[in-house]
Amino acid sequence: MTAARTLFDKVWTAHEVVPETADTPAILYIDLHLTHEVTSPQAFSTLKALGLPVRRPDRTLATMDHSTPTSTEQVFGTVPIKVDAAAKQVRQLEQNAADFGVELFGMRDARRGIVHVISPELGATQPGMTIVCGDSHTSTHGAFGALAFGIGSTEVGHVFATQTLLQRKPKTFAVNVDGQLRPGVTAKDLILSIIGKIGVSGGTGHVLEYRGAAIRALSMDERMTVCNMSIEAGARAGMIAPDETTFAYLEGRPRAPQGKDWDSAVARWRALGTDPGAKFDASVDIDASLIEPMITYGTNPGMVLPIGGAIPDKGGDEAFRKALDYMGFHGGDAMIGKKVDVVFIGSCTNGRLEDLEAAATILKGRKVAPGVRLLIVPGSQQIKRQAEAAGYADIFKAAGADWRESGCSMCLGMNGDTVAAGQYSISTSNRNFEGRQGVGARTLLVSPLTAAASAVKGLITDPREML
Amino acid sequence: MEPILRVHSKTVVIASSNIDTDQIIPARFLTTTTKDGLGKQLFADWRYRADGSPNPDFVLNRAESQNAQVLVAGRNFGCGSSREHAPWALLDHGFRAVISTEIADIFRGNSLKNGLLPIVVDEDTSRWLLEHPGAVVDIDLENARLTLPTGTAHSFPIEGFARHCLLNGIDELGYLRSHLKDIERYEAAHG
Repeated sequence: MTAARTLFDKVWTAHEVVPETADTPAILYIDLHLTHEVTSPQAFSTLKALGLPVRRPDRTLATMDHSTPTSTEQVFGTVPIKVDAAAKQVRQLEQNAADFGVELFGMRDARRGIVHVISPELGATQPGMTIVCGDSHTSTHGAFGALAFGIGSTEVGHVFATQTLLQRKPKTFAVNVDGQLRPGVTAKDLILSIIGKIGVSGGTGHVLEYRGAAIRALSMDERMTVCNMSIEAGARAGMIAPDETTFAYLEGRPRAPQGKDWDSAVARWRALGTDPGAKFDASVDIDASLIEPMITYGTNPGMVLPIGGAIPDKGGDEAFRKALDYMGFHGGDAMIGKKVDVVFIGSCTNGRLEDLEAAATILKGRKVAPGVRLLIVPGSQQIKRQAEAAGYADIFKAAGADWRESGCSMCLGMNGDTVAAGQYSISTSNRNFEGRQGVGARTLLVSPLTAAASAVKGLITDPREML
Repeated sequence: MEPILRVHSKTVVIASSNIDTDQIIPARFLTTTTKDGLGKQLFADWRYRADGSPNPDFVLNRAESQNAQVLVAGRNFGCGSSREHAPWALLDHGFRAVISTEIADIFRGNSLKNGLLPIVVDEDTSRWLLEHPGAVVDIDLENARLTLPTGTAHSFPIEGFARHCLLNGIDELGYLRSHLKDIERYEAAHG
């Protein structure tokens, strides 16, 4: 009898071109390489300098999302892209994709969007795959039982040229989430609570596997939110075993296996889950029923508390004091009722259809508070159309929100969608680092429900009072 | 790549923990399409005031920090994004090594691929370094040993193959390409 194995171990082993030894890392085969305009130019330049082709263009997908505008006029070309350097990056990706024969979902393509949103919606992301991208939120795709992680531009070049990577095998970490999330408590609150518990470097060197009844109960959109922020706990990858929810999501999508191939793929995928009795290197147990809507108050995602709570007082801790100074907060402050300037709903964490549906539930028949800017950016052009067909976009516009074309937008402010210095941004994105959304911007990470409720009140608000 | 054997330099200390890649180089500078010249944007939001002038309170702007090749930082350095612009900016500024008690995974890998040494030390060594900015340290890559000016030496962990590549100036892409037959065999078996 073979030893019980984890989901991670099964996917890893199946992709060893050459297993690791004491002296050399494994050579790991990469099934799907996603690429975008920001971290690819230097890798394409390396290929050109060496005279090498992209080895498997059929396993490579390119899009543009990070530096692209979200205004309709700039996306559809009636006015030029405002940020010159961004326009150059976009043109360079178009040229590189053409030169190397890589499929590109370009600026006006109906399938364009944030790289981690479009690959799942196309059905290109599948269980058991290895998936990489020059972006740390590649961990998102682990929601399908893929081993998916972010890489640097040098490694982007390695995958272009060889379809492989040199990798040491990481350790495994079981995140067991039992119980049931209560109404008004979302997948975003769950992952923020996990990061608060294990810390921003708690997962370093590990691949997380999210397990337990509360995880099984999540939809695919929710599972992607959870896996997306694995990197915020220091883990390069987070995985969830595929199940009926996964298969129902994928069936019939354009890049998913079809017909007889579908049946054999599902049979293969069913065997991927962690075997009973398999050992993890580390574990943590979480009771989902105790989780409240969460909000960050500092400058990393581990500085997080239940929305009804007060900021802790850690007088002697220099880094802690510096973070509170940056945020303009004090130990002992309550979070509820604090001022809001900007609200951002979107990103690869919370820019999918269910996130927009949640925001619409709150915003329906309500108005954004005077003086508050609400920016809503769908994760992809397809989601934009779906949200318009479902009537969410009309709800947003009637509430006074700014409804945009898809992209990373205000999550990292590369495209000109930024928050001004000193302003408070209630954001559904993934990072509250200093200056992340603009120089001097103060970011508080929350769920789409909390973001929408706070936009309506103009103050940090527990969304449960508006449901 | 040039072989790297040793770094011998005074240190610069930035004691904050969890210094993320958005601090090392803010996202608005990622619209570049090359690796060059990012040093002037290193720690931009800490280093320059709103009008673009240098902030005299920030350590990199002080005279004693010039030409230092070793950065000592608080726990969990390099967390956040996968941007390789972070080690490119540190290297372009002149740093050759970063020392912390914990270094984030993607940043560590990116650093090794560019010749920036990520050195992880224990709490006591870190505390000593944080309390002695400007100390001249010696990093001997071949023996994976960090020597403090007190004469005490500490071994540090470093992945053996990455060390071999750095010591010998070996390009990892060349190594991967030498396994083309294995890759072809894998593809023939798996489609």
